[in-house]
Amino acid sequence: MERATIDLWVGIFVAAGIAALFVLALKVGNMGNFSAADTYKLEAHFENVGGLKPRAPVKSSGVVVGRVADISFDTKRYDALVTFVIDKRYQFSRDATASILTAGLLGEQYVGLTTGGDDVMLKNGDVIKLTQSAVVLENLIGQFMYNKASESGATGSGK
Amino acid sequence: MPRRVGVNLRHIGHRTVDAIWRLGYFARFFAAIFLYSGTSFRRFFLTIREIYFTGVLSLVIILVSGLFVGMVLGFQGYHTLQRYGAAESLGVMVALSLVRELGPVVSALLFASRAGSAITAEIGLMKATEQLSAMEMMAVNPVARVVAPRFWAGVISMPLLAALFSAMGVFGGYLVGVVMIGVDEGAFWSQMQSAVDFREDILNGVIKSFVFGIAIAAIAVFEGYDAPPTAEGVSGATTRTVVTSSLAVLALDFILTAVMFRGIA
Repeated sequence: MERATIDLWVGIFVAAGIAALFVLALKVGNMGNFSAADTYKLEAHFENVGGLKPRAPVKSSGVVVGRVADISFDTKRYDALVTFVIDKRYQFSRDATASILTAGLLGEQYVGLTTGGDDVMLKNGDVIKLTQSAVVLENLIGQFMYNKASESGATGSGK
Repeated sequence: MPRRVGVNLRHIGHRTVDAIWRLGYFARFFAAIFLYSGTSFRRFFLTIREIYFTGVLSLVIILVSGLFVGMVLGFQGYHTLQRYGAAESLGVMVALSLVRELGPVVSALLFASRAGSAITAEIGLMKATEQLSAMEMMAVNPVARVVAPRFWAGVISMPLLAALFSAMGVFGGYLVGVVMIGVDEGAFWSQMQSAVDFREDILNGVIKSFVFGIAIAAIAVFEGYDAPPTAEGVSGATTRTVVTSSLAVLALDFILTAVMFRGIA
Protein backbone atom coordinates (compact mmCIF):
# COMPACT_ATOMS: atom_id res chain seq x y z
CA MET A 1 0.00 0.00 0.00
CA GLU A 2 1.13 3.50 -0.74
CA ARG A 3 2.62 5.60 1.99
CA ALA A 4 0.23 8.52 1.51
CA THR A 5 -2.83 6.25 1.90
CA ILE A 6 -1.47 4.71 5.10
CA ASP A 7 -0.68 8.18 6.45
CA LEU A 8 -4.21 9.31 5.68
CA TRP A 9 -5.86 6.33 7.37
CA VAL A 10 -3.66 6.56 10.46
CA GLY A 11 -4.40 10.28 10.59
CA ILE A 12 -8.13 9.58 10.47
CA PHE A 13 -7.76 6.89 13.15
CA VAL A 14 -5.80 9.09 15.56
CA ALA A 15 -8.11 12.07 15.00
CA ALA A 16 -11.19 9.89 15.56
CA GLY A 17 -9.66 8.43 18.74
CA ILE A 18 -8.87 11.85 20.17
CA ALA A 19 -12.32 13.10 19.13
CA ALA A 20 -13.90 10.15 20.96
CA LEU A 21 -11.93 11.09 24.07
CA PHE A 22 -13.19 14.67 23.78
CA VAL A 23 -16.77 13.48 23.34
CA LEU A 24 -16.38 11.35 26.46
CA ALA A 25 -14.90 14.25 28.41
CA LEU A 26 -17.43 16.89 27.35
CA LYS A 27 -20.65 15.04 26.56
CA VAL A 28 -20.43 12.09 28.96
CA GLY A 29 -18.28 13.55 31.72
CA ASN A 30 -18.71 16.78 33.64
CA MET A 31 -15.58 18.48 32.26
CA GLY A 32 -17.60 21.04 30.36
CA ASN A 33 -19.63 22.24 33.32
CA PHE A 34 -17.16 24.02 35.53
CA SER A 35 -13.55 24.92 35.09
CA ALA A 36 -11.42 26.31 37.90
CA ALA A 37 -11.18 29.74 36.31
CA ASP A 38 -14.76 30.97 36.65
CA THR A 39 -15.74 29.75 40.10
CA TYR A 40 -15.54 31.05 43.64
CA LYS A 41 -15.41 29.31 47.00
CA LEU A 42 -17.85 29.48 49.88
CA GLU A 43 -17.79 27.76 53.26
CA ALA A 44 -20.49 26.70 55.68
CA HIS A 45 -20.62 24.99 59.07
CA PHE A 46 -23.13 22.20 59.52
CA GLU A 47 -24.07 20.38 62.69
CA ASN A 48 -24.43 17.17 60.71
CA VAL A 49 -23.71 16.53 57.05
CA GLY A 50 -25.36 13.11 56.96
CA GLY A 51 -24.40 11.27 53.79
CA LEU A 52 -23.12 14.31 51.87
CA LYS A 53 -20.06 13.49 49.76
CA PRO A 54 -17.45 15.61 47.99
CA ARG A 55 -18.53 16.48 44.40
CA ALA A 56 -22.21 16.42 45.41
CA PRO A 57 -24.16 19.12 43.56
CA VAL A 58 -25.05 22.48 45.07
CA LYS A 59 -28.48 23.48 43.79
CA SER A 60 -30.53 26.61 43.93
CA SER A 61 -34.19 26.24 42.91
CA GLY A 62 -33.19 22.83 41.54
CA VAL A 63 -30.53 24.23 39.20
CA VAL A 64 -26.97 23.01 39.75
CA VAL A 65 -24.90 26.11 40.56
CA GLY A 66 -21.80 24.45 42.02
CA ARG A 67 -20.29 21.43 43.72
CA VAL A 68 -19.14 20.40 47.17
CA ALA A 69 -15.37 20.66 47.09
CA ASP A 70 -14.39 19.39 50.51
CA ILE A 71 -15.89 18.17 53.78
CA SER A 72 -13.83 18.26 56.96
CA PHE A 73 -14.32 18.21 60.71
CA ASP A 74 -13.71 21.51 62.49
CA THR A 75 -12.01 20.69 65.80
CA LYS A 76 -12.54 24.22 67.17
CA ARG A 77 -16.30 24.26 66.80
CA TYR A 78 -16.84 20.50 66.75
CA ASP A 79 -18.98 20.57 63.66
CA ALA A 80 -18.55 19.85 59.94
CA LEU A 81 -16.96 22.42 57.65
CA VAL A 82 -18.15 22.13 54.04
CA THR A 83 -16.46 24.00 51.20
CA PHE A 84 -18.40 24.68 47.99
CA VAL A 85 -17.21 25.75 44.58
CA ILE A 86 -19.85 27.96 42.98
CA ASP A 87 -20.07 29.13 39.38
CA LYS A 88 -19.15 32.84 39.05
CA ARG A 89 -22.32 33.50 37.07
CA TYR A 90 -24.44 32.90 40.17
CA GLN A 91 -24.19 35.36 43.06
CA PHE A 92 -25.92 34.92 46.41
CA SER A 93 -26.71 37.50 49.07
CA ARG A 94 -24.89 37.52 52.41
CA ASP A 95 -27.84 36.09 54.32
CA ALA A 96 -28.29 33.06 52.04
CA THR A 97 -29.28 29.75 53.62
CA ALA A 98 -27.50 26.47 52.89
CA SER A 99 -29.35 23.28 53.73
CA ILE A 100 -28.55 19.64 53.14
CA LEU A 101 -31.40 17.99 51.26
CA THR A 102 -32.07 14.57 49.80
CA ALA A 103 -33.09 13.93 46.21
CA GLY A 104 -36.04 11.58 46.48
CA LEU A 105 -36.60 9.16 49.30
CA LEU A 106 -33.36 7.21 48.94
CA GLY A 107 -31.53 9.52 46.54
CA GLU A 108 -28.17 11.17 46.96
CA GLN A 109 -27.80 14.19 49.22
CA TYR A 110 -27.14 17.65 47.87
CA VAL A 111 -26.83 21.17 49.18
CA GLY A 112 -29.69 23.58 48.58
CA LEU A 113 -28.87 27.29 48.50
CA THR A 114 -31.62 29.84 49.05
CA THR A 115 -30.76 33.47 48.63
CA GLY A 116 -31.83 36.09 51.17
CA GLY A 117 -32.75 39.75 50.93
CA ASP A 118 -29.40 41.43 51.70
CA ASP A 119 -27.84 43.67 49.04
CA VAL A 120 -24.29 42.57 49.85
CA MET A 121 -23.25 39.48 47.88
CA LEU A 122 -21.08 36.64 49.12
CA LYS A 123 -17.47 36.82 47.96
CA ASN A 124 -14.76 34.20 47.48
CA GLY A 125 -13.92 32.56 50.83
CA ASP A 126 -16.98 33.87 52.70
CA VAL A 127 -18.88 31.77 55.23
CA ILE A 128 -22.59 31.13 54.90
CA LYS A 129 -24.03 31.81 58.36
CA LEU A 130 -27.46 30.24 58.11
CA THR A 131 -27.32 26.49 57.66
CA GLN A 132 -29.67 23.58 58.11
CA SER A 133 -28.28 20.13 58.84
CA ALA A 134 -29.10 16.87 57.15
CA VAL A 135 -32.09 14.98 58.46
CA VAL A 136 -30.94 11.91 60.35
CA LEU A 137 -33.60 9.24 60.20
CA GLU A 138 -32.86 7.86 63.68
CA ASN A 139 -33.25 11.28 65.31
CA LEU A 140 -36.47 11.83 63.40
CA ILE A 141 -37.91 8.52 64.57
CA GLY A 142 -36.71 9.20 68.13
CA GLN A 143 -38.42 12.60 68.12
CA PHE A 144 -41.60 11.11 66.73
CA MET A 145 -41.67 8.39 69.42
CA TYR A 146 -40.99 10.96 72.13
CA ASN A 147 -43.83 13.15 70.88
CA LYS A 148 -46.15 10.17 70.70
CA ALA A 149 -45.23 9.12 74.23
CA SER A 150 -45.77 12.59 75.69
CA GLU A 151 -49.05 12.87 73.77
CA SER A 152 -50.42 9.62 75.17
CA GLY A 153 -49.07 10.58 78.60
CA ALA A 154 -50.96 13.88 78.42
CA THR A 155 -54.24 12.24 77.41
CA GLY A 156 -53.65 9.58 80.09
CA SER A 157 -53.31 12.14 82.89
CA GLY A 158 -56.28 14.08 81.55
CA LYS A 159 -58.59 11.15 81.98
CA MET B 1 8.84 -45.87 43.82
CA PRO B 2 11.48 -43.42 45.18
CA ARG B 3 12.86 -43.29 41.65
CA ARG B 4 9.49 -42.08 40.32
CA VAL B 5 9.24 -39.45 43.04
CA GLY B 6 12.69 -38.26 42.07
CA VAL B 7 11.73 -38.03 38.40
CA ASN B 8 8.59 -36.07 39.24
CA LEU B 9 10.48 -33.70 41.52
CA ARG B 10 13.09 -33.14 38.82
CA HIS B 11 10.24 -32.40 36.40
CA ILE B 12 8.77 -29.77 38.74
CA GLY B 13 12.20 -28.25 39.28
CA HIS B 14 12.84 -28.09 35.56
CA ARG B 15 9.50 -26.39 34.92
CA THR B 16 10.13 -23.82 37.65
CA VAL B 17 13.63 -22.97 36.47
CA ASP B 18 12.37 -22.77 32.91
CA ALA B 19 9.55 -20.40 33.89
CA ILE B 20 11.92 -18.15 35.81
CA TRP B 21 14.39 -18.18 32.93
CA ARG B 22 11.62 -17.17 30.50
CA LEU B 23 10.51 -14.39 32.84
CA GLY B 24 14.08 -13.06 32.96
CA TYR B 25 14.37 -13.36 29.20
CA PHE B 26 11.10 -11.44 28.82
CA ALA B 27 12.37 -8.69 31.15
CA ARG B 28 15.62 -8.36 29.17
CA PHE B 29 13.68 -8.34 25.92
CA PHE B 30 11.32 -5.66 27.30
CA ALA B 31 14.30 -3.52 28.30
CA ALA B 32 15.84 -4.06 24.85
CA ILE B 33 12.66 -2.75 23.18
CA PHE B 34 13.00 0.53 25.09
CA LEU B 35 16.74 0.65 24.47
CA TYR B 36 16.33 0.28 20.70
CA SER B 37 13.12 2.34 20.26
CA GLY B 38 15.08 5.28 18.82
CA THR B 39 14.57 4.00 15.29
CA SER B 40 10.80 3.73 15.60
CA PHE B 41 10.56 7.44 16.42
CA ARG B 42 13.34 8.72 14.14
CA ARG B 43 11.87 6.84 11.18
CA PHE B 44 8.32 7.37 12.37
CA PHE B 45 6.81 5.93 9.20
CA LEU B 46 7.79 2.46 10.43
CA THR B 47 5.52 2.98 13.44
CA ILE B 48 2.76 4.64 11.39
CA ARG B 49 2.67 1.61 9.07
CA GLU B 50 2.21 -0.65 12.10
CA ILE B 51 -0.46 1.65 13.58
CA TYR B 52 -2.29 1.15 10.30
CA PHE B 53 -2.11 -2.63 10.62
CA THR B 54 -2.87 -2.90 14.35
CA GLY B 55 -5.08 0.16 14.93
CA VAL B 56 -6.90 1.13 11.75
CA LEU B 57 -7.65 -2.44 10.69
CA SER B 58 -9.04 -3.20 14.20
CA LEU B 59 -11.48 -0.30 13.91
CA VAL B 60 -14.35 -2.27 12.42
CA ILE B 61 -14.44 -4.97 15.11
CA ILE B 62 -13.96 -2.40 17.90
CA LEU B 63 -16.67 -0.02 16.67
CA VAL B 64 -19.24 -2.74 15.95
CA SER B 65 -18.59 -4.49 19.28
CA GLY B 66 -18.78 -1.18 21.14
CA LEU B 67 -22.12 -0.36 19.56
CA PHE B 68 -23.58 -3.76 20.39
CA VAL B 69 -22.21 -3.86 23.94
CA GLY B 70 -23.74 -0.42 24.52
CA MET B 71 -27.09 -1.50 23.09
CA VAL B 72 -27.18 -4.64 25.24
CA LEU B 73 -26.28 -2.55 28.29
CA GLY B 74 -29.17 -0.27 27.40
CA PHE B 75 -31.64 -3.16 27.33
CA GLN B 76 -30.34 -4.93 30.42
CA GLY B 77 -29.89 -1.72 32.40
CA TYR B 78 -33.39 -0.52 31.57
CA HIS B 79 -34.88 -3.89 32.52
CA THR B 80 -33.28 -3.78 35.99
CA LEU B 81 -33.51 -0.04 36.68
CA GLN B 82 -37.20 0.37 35.79
CA ARG B 83 -38.09 -2.03 38.60
CA TYR B 84 -36.84 0.59 41.05
CA GLY B 85 -38.35 3.45 39.10
CA ALA B 86 -34.90 4.70 38.22
CA ALA B 87 -34.97 4.30 34.43
CA GLU B 88 -33.57 7.83 34.06
CA SER B 89 -30.32 6.61 35.61
CA LEU B 90 -29.79 4.43 32.54
CA GLY B 91 -27.31 6.93 31.11
CA VAL B 92 -25.24 6.83 34.30
CA MET B 93 -25.17 3.04 34.31
CA VAL B 94 -24.23 2.70 30.64
CA ALA B 95 -21.58 5.43 30.74
CA LEU B 96 -19.93 4.38 33.99
CA SER B 97 -19.76 0.68 33.14
CA LEU B 98 -18.33 1.48 29.71
CA VAL B 99 -15.85 4.16 30.68
CA ARG B 100 -14.56 2.44 33.80
CA GLU B 101 -14.59 -1.24 32.87
CA LEU B 102 -16.03 -2.53 29.63
CA GLY B 103 -14.42 -0.01 27.31
CA PRO B 104 -10.81 -0.66 28.34
CA VAL B 105 -11.23 -4.39 29.09
CA VAL B 106 -13.37 -5.61 26.19
CA SER B 107 -11.48 -3.56 23.62
CA ALA B 108 -8.21 -4.91 25.09
CA LEU B 109 -9.45 -8.51 24.76
CA LEU B 110 -10.56 -7.86 21.18
CA PHE B 111 -7.29 -6.10 20.45
CA ALA B 112 -5.31 -9.05 21.82
CA SER B 113 -7.10 -11.51 19.58
CA ARG B 114 -7.32 -9.27 16.51
CA ALA B 115 -3.95 -7.48 16.51
CA GLY B 116 -1.80 -9.29 19.10
CA SER B 117 -2.14 -12.64 17.37
CA ALA B 118 -1.31 -11.04 14.00
CA ILE B 119 1.85 -9.43 15.42
CA THR B 120 3.00 -12.74 16.92
CA ALA B 121 2.32 -14.70 13.73
CA GLU B 122 4.13 -12.12 11.61
CA ILE B 123 7.26 -11.94 13.76
CA GLY B 124 7.22 -15.71 14.32
CA LEU B 125 7.05 -16.37 10.59
CA MET B 126 9.81 -13.82 9.97
CA LYS B 127 11.91 -15.80 12.40
CA ALA B 128 10.94 -19.18 10.89
CA THR B 129 11.86 -17.99 7.39
CA GLU B 130 15.12 -16.59 8.82
CA GLN B 131 14.33 -13.01 7.85
CA LEU B 132 15.38 -11.87 11.32
CA SER B 133 18.73 -13.67 10.99
CA ALA B 134 19.20 -12.12 7.56
CA MET B 135 18.66 -8.67 9.07
CA GLU B 136 21.25 -9.37 11.71
CA MET B 137 23.67 -10.45 8.98
CA MET B 138 23.14 -7.05 7.35
CA ALA B 139 23.88 -5.38 10.70
CA VAL B 140 20.24 -4.30 11.08
CA ASN B 141 19.00 -4.83 14.61
CA PRO B 142 15.72 -6.77 14.29
CA VAL B 143 14.52 -5.48 17.67
CA ALA B 144 14.89 -1.90 16.48
CA ARG B 145 13.60 -2.49 12.93
CA VAL B 146 10.80 -5.05 13.49
CA VAL B 147 9.90 -5.39 17.17
CA ALA B 148 9.96 -1.83 18.57
CA PRO B 149 7.70 -0.22 15.89
CA ARG B 150 5.10 -2.95 16.43
CA PHE B 151 5.30 -2.50 20.19
CA TRP B 152 4.84 1.26 20.04
CA ALA B 153 2.05 0.95 17.49
CA GLY B 154 0.17 -1.29 19.91
CA VAL B 155 0.77 1.08 22.84
CA ILE B 156 -0.45 4.09 20.83
CA SER B 157 -3.47 2.33 19.27
CA MET B 158 -4.92 0.78 22.42
CA PRO B 159 -6.12 3.92 24.30
CA LEU B 160 -7.56 5.36 21.08
CA LEU B 161 -9.44 2.14 20.36
CA ALA B 162 -10.75 1.99 23.94
CA ALA B 163 -11.98 5.60 23.73
CA LEU B 164 -13.75 4.85 20.44
CA PHE B 165 -15.27 1.71 21.97
CA SER B 166 -16.64 3.65 24.95
CA ALA B 167 -17.98 6.48 22.80
CA MET B 168 -19.64 4.00 20.46
CA GLY B 169 -21.07 2.12 23.45
CA VAL B 170 -22.59 5.26 24.95
CA PHE B 171 -24.13 5.98 21.56
CA GLY B 172 -25.52 2.41 21.46
CA GLY B 173 -27.00 2.85 24.94
CA TYR B 174 -28.54 6.13 23.77
CA LEU B 175 -30.03 4.43 20.70
CA VAL B 176 -31.70 1.71 22.75
CA GLY B 177 -32.54 3.73 25.87
CA VAL B 178 -33.76 7.00 24.38
CA VAL B 179 -34.65 6.30 20.76
CA MET B 180 -36.16 2.83 21.12
CA ILE B 181 -37.47 2.57 24.69
CA GLY B 182 -38.14 6.25 25.22
CA VAL B 183 -36.23 7.19 28.38
CA ASP B 184 -36.24 10.97 28.77
CA GLU B 185 -33.37 12.34 26.71
CA GLY B 186 -32.57 15.28 29.00
CA ALA B 187 -32.42 13.08 32.10
CA PHE B 188 -30.30 10.51 30.25
CA TRP B 189 -27.56 13.01 29.39
CA SER B 190 -27.74 15.29 32.43
CA GLN B 191 -27.62 12.47 34.99
CA MET B 192 -24.76 10.94 33.04
CA GLN B 193 -22.86 14.21 33.05
CA SER B 194 -23.37 14.81 36.74
CA ALA B 195 -22.24 11.28 37.67
CA VAL B 196 -19.25 10.74 35.36
CA ASP B 197 -16.16 12.57 36.51
CA PHE B 198 -13.40 13.37 34.04
CA ARG B 199 -10.44 12.61 36.28
CA GLU B 200 -11.97 9.88 38.40
CA ASP B 201 -13.65 7.87 35.66
CA ILE B 202 -12.54 8.83 32.16
CA LEU B 203 -8.86 9.46 32.87
CA ASN B 204 -8.60 6.27 34.93
CA GLY B 205 -10.14 4.37 32.02
CA VAL B 206 -7.55 5.83 29.66
CA ILE B 207 -4.74 4.89 32.05
CA LYS B 208 -6.12 1.36 32.19
CA SER B 209 -6.22 0.98 28.42
CA PHE B 210 -2.70 2.41 28.17
CA VAL B 211 -1.40 -0.23 30.62
CA PHE B 212 -3.29 -2.96 28.73
CA GLY B 213 -1.75 -1.73 25.48
CA ILE B 214 1.76 -2.06 26.93
CA ALA B 215 0.99 -5.57 28.26
CA ILE B 216 -0.60 -6.89 25.05
CA ALA B 217 2.01 -5.39 22.73
CA ALA B 218 4.91 -6.64 24.87
CA ILE B 219 3.49 -10.17 25.12
CA ALA B 220 2.69 -10.31 21.40
CA VAL B 221 6.13 -9.24 20.18
CA PHE B 222 7.87 -11.40 22.77
CA GLU B 223 5.93 -14.55 21.86
CA GLY B 224 6.65 -13.92 18.18
CA TYR B 225 10.33 -13.31 18.75
CA ASP B 226 10.61 -16.34 21.05
CA ALA B 227 8.56 -18.72 18.87
CA PRO B 228 10.21 -21.98 17.79
CA PRO B 229 10.98 -21.51 14.07
CA THR B 230 8.52 -24.15 12.87
CA ALA B 231 4.93 -24.07 11.65
CA GLU B 232 3.84 -25.72 14.90
CA GLY B 233 5.93 -23.32 16.96
CA VAL B 234 4.38 -20.26 15.34
CA SER B 235 0.84 -21.55 15.80
CA GLY B 236 1.57 -22.38 19.46
CA ALA B 237 3.05 -18.92 20.01
CA THR B 238 -0.02 -17.27 18.47
CA THR B 239 -2.31 -19.22 20.78
CA ARG B 240 -0.13 -18.36 23.78
CA THR B 241 -0.28 -14.66 22.89
CA VAL B 242 -4.07 -14.60 22.97
CA VAL B 243 -4.34 -16.67 26.18
CA THR B 244 -1.52 -14.95 28.09
CA SER B 245 -2.44 -11.42 27.11
CA SER B 246 -6.15 -11.95 27.86
CA LEU B 247 -5.30 -13.31 31.31
CA ALA B 248 -2.78 -10.49 31.84
CA VAL B 249 -5.44 -7.91 30.92
CA LEU B 250 -7.93 -9.37 33.40
CA ALA B 251 -5.34 -9.64 36.19
CA LEU B 252 -4.04 -6.11 35.57
CA ASP B 253 -7.61 -4.84 35.46
CA PHE B 254 -8.27 -6.26 38.91
CA ILE B 255 -5.10 -4.68 40.33
CA LEU B 256 -5.70 -1.30 38.67
CA THR B 257 -9.36 -1.22 39.75
CA ALA B 258 -8.39 -2.07 43.33
CA VAL B 259 -5.86 0.79 43.35
CA MET B 260 -7.97 3.38 41.48
CA PHE B 261 -11.43 2.93 42.98
CA ARG B 262 -10.53 1.92 46.52
CA GLY B 263 -11.50 5.33 47.86
CA ILE B 264 -14.99 5.20 46.38
CA ALA B 265 -16.13 1.86 47.78
